[in-house]
Amino acid sequence: MISCKNIIKTYTSGDMETQVLRGVSFDITDGEFVAIMGPSGSGKSTLMHILGALDTPTSGEYELDGRPVSELSDDDLADLRKNKIGFVFQSFNLLARATVLRNVALPLVYAEMPENERLSRAAAALREAGMDESRFNYLSNQISGGQMQRVAIARALVNNPSLLLADEPTGNLDTRTGDIVLGTFQKLHEQGRTIVLITHELYVAEHADRIIHIKDGLIISDTKNIHKRVVTHIQDV
Amino acid sequence: MKSKDLLAECYNALTVNKIRTGLTMLGIVIGIGSVIAMVSIGQAAKNSIEASIQSIGSNLILVSPGSTRGLGALVSSGRGSSQTLTNEDEKALDSQISLPHTTEPETSTRAQIIAKGTNTNTRVIGTVAAYTSVRSLEIDLGSFITDDQNRTSAKVAVIGPTTRDDLFGADVNVVGQTMRINGNTFKIIGVTKSKGGSGFLNQDDVAYIPLTTAQHYLTGAAYLTTIAVQATSASDMGTIQEEVTAALLSRHHINDIAQADFTVQNQADIVATASTITSTFTTLLAAIASISLLVGGIGIMNMMLTTVTERTREIGLRKAIGAKGRDINAQFLIEAIMLTFAGGFLGVVLGWVISFAISTFTGISAAVTPSSVALAFGVSAAIGVIFGYYPARRASKLNPIEALRFE
Ligand SMILES: Nc1ncnc2c1ncn2[C@@H]1O[C@H](COP(=O)(O)OP(=O)(O)OP(=O)(O)O)[C@@H](O)[C@H]1O
Ligand SMILES: [Mg+2]
Repeated sequence: MISCKNIIKTYTSGDMETQVLRGVSFDITDGEFVAIMGPSGSGKSTLMHILGALDTPTSGEYELDGRPVSELSDDDLADLRKNKIGFVFQSFNLLARATVLRNVALPLVYAEMPENERLSRAAAALREAGMDESRFNYLSNQISGGQMQRVAIARALVNNPSLLLADEPTGNLDTRTGDIVLGTFQKLHEQGRTIVLITHELYVAEHADRIIHIKDGLIISDTKNIHKRVVTHIQDV
Repeated sequence: MKSKDLLAECYNALTVNKIRTGLTMLGIVIGIGSVIAMVSIGQAAKNSIEASIQSIGSNLILVSPGSTRGLGALVSSGRGSSQTLTNEDEKALDSQISLPHTTEPETSTRAQIIAKGTNTNTRVIGTVAAYTSVRSLEIDLGSFITDDQNRTSAKVAVIGPTTRDDLFGADVNVVGQTMRINGNTFKIIGVTKSKGGSGFLNQDDVAYIPLTTAQHYLTGAAYLTTIAVQATSASDMGTIQEEVTAALLSRHHINDIAQADFTVQNQADIVATASTITSTFTTLLAAIASISLLVGGIGIMNMMLTTVTERTREIGLRKAIGAKGRDINAQFLIEAIMLTFAGGFLGVVLGWVISFAISTFTGISAAVTPSSVALAFGVSAAIGVIFGYYPARRASKLNPIEALRFE
């Protein structure tokens, strides 16, 4: 499904050049559950944005479903993001001054789904992400960081993406809520979706089939996870 | 994206940030409102001045005391204190002008008029019977001053409709009633028809009395404030004007015309003077209006540009979840159109209300012209759409991450 060949990303500010990704190559097959780990500033989010077709690499080849993303038109990219990819931003990026429900339903507006169906799908996605029903009509700036994170996750789930990209999806969550999210990911994985998640915590990474370690813009290890954890039941507090 | 959802998104975006929307609209409302009001006032003032000039008569040559001044003959009140024209000057002119004509002497002053305890300060014109034909004055009720009344210095008066309304109330028959001018009792013998004009040009706020009466009881001397000479034929105007000037120079023993102690103007001069004034006036108002439009425009532009950062992030987010470039463009274009049209509509209403209020309270008949509405609306809409739409269009071309990182 995903094929990266020698991805390089360079940022230029003034005459200072920073190479954030320095030649990253790997493949992810359909239905894989992959965790990406690495120290802060190692280029994980940058890589994830490229995988989500939200940003373009400075050089290197990124193919999604056998098609080189660099050759897609703007409209094709929009269709890809709309129909195929669900993206959880590390910084959430919610629509300001809009309710939780409207934020989650927004991708479906662009998918031209009728309004009542949009709202019921959004509510279902919010429950999958462990969001408390009583907060559905709060504005996005009236909820806690962990709640924002769950809204961001719900928004990524709402269009039933075949590729789910999640940047630190449990970073702001307690163990129990984190387990709800991981349980949802596990369920999606069982349905055959491809999942890539970034995390700092080995505990979270161990729910994946495969763990990729990144440091200073390079892959330093790419191994099968031999201690796979499975969320069996969510403890009640 | 469906058009119903598109409209809902636009409506949401506009209502969610009420202060931003309100301030942007305020810029548009003020810009459009002031242009419309300004232009309508300018137009009204111009019309009013032109109507006043037309109503003073035709083929007129006006002689006034003192040296050249702008609209001296038109604005007859408070003419200054030059006392260089006498009754004899008028008689001499009448006999020395060789071509067919009528002369009409007058003296004008302001006086306190009292009737039944009501009083008003009004222009009082002392004149002769020829006034009605020379100045195209029409009588509504009763009759005008006669030559007999002039010979006998009769204490009779003809009043304008405004004076009548002020003293007695509208539609009261005042012919035969009395009033007091500076302490002397006058019998009202007629009321004139309205000549229009407003403010300092109101030609209906006036009382006419015989010239000799005015000189005897009010001004106390045989001086005139105006001698009007009406040429029977328009083609004689030039010759008559020269004869008038020559006759007065010799009577006043002045050799150099630059030293003349009187001013001779024909009506064409007055129209020319007035039209330079009105066109200066219109230019001035247009300048003020364009400044308001500019300020309004900058207000709109500012609001649109200060929200670019926030809106660019929003565009990045929308693109990240699957919006196409055209969805973004359509949303921002429609938002800008909704904003400018709502603001534009309120601006037109504001301009109309201002010009209506001015008509009501000042008597200047200000009317909103379609061209000023079109101009003001066009400019604000263009500014609103350009500055609302262009940053959005630019942002929609960025990739989502660039847009989300925009500073
Ligand atoms: N727009 C940019 N301009 C210049 N440098 C950038 C830009 N965006 C990111 N960087 C740099 O790229 C590097 C990697 O950033 P990235 O966000 O990918 O890190 P990360 O691995 O996700 O870190 P974290 O775990 O803290 O989220 C950082 O050192 C950062 O300074
Ligand atoms: Mg990151």
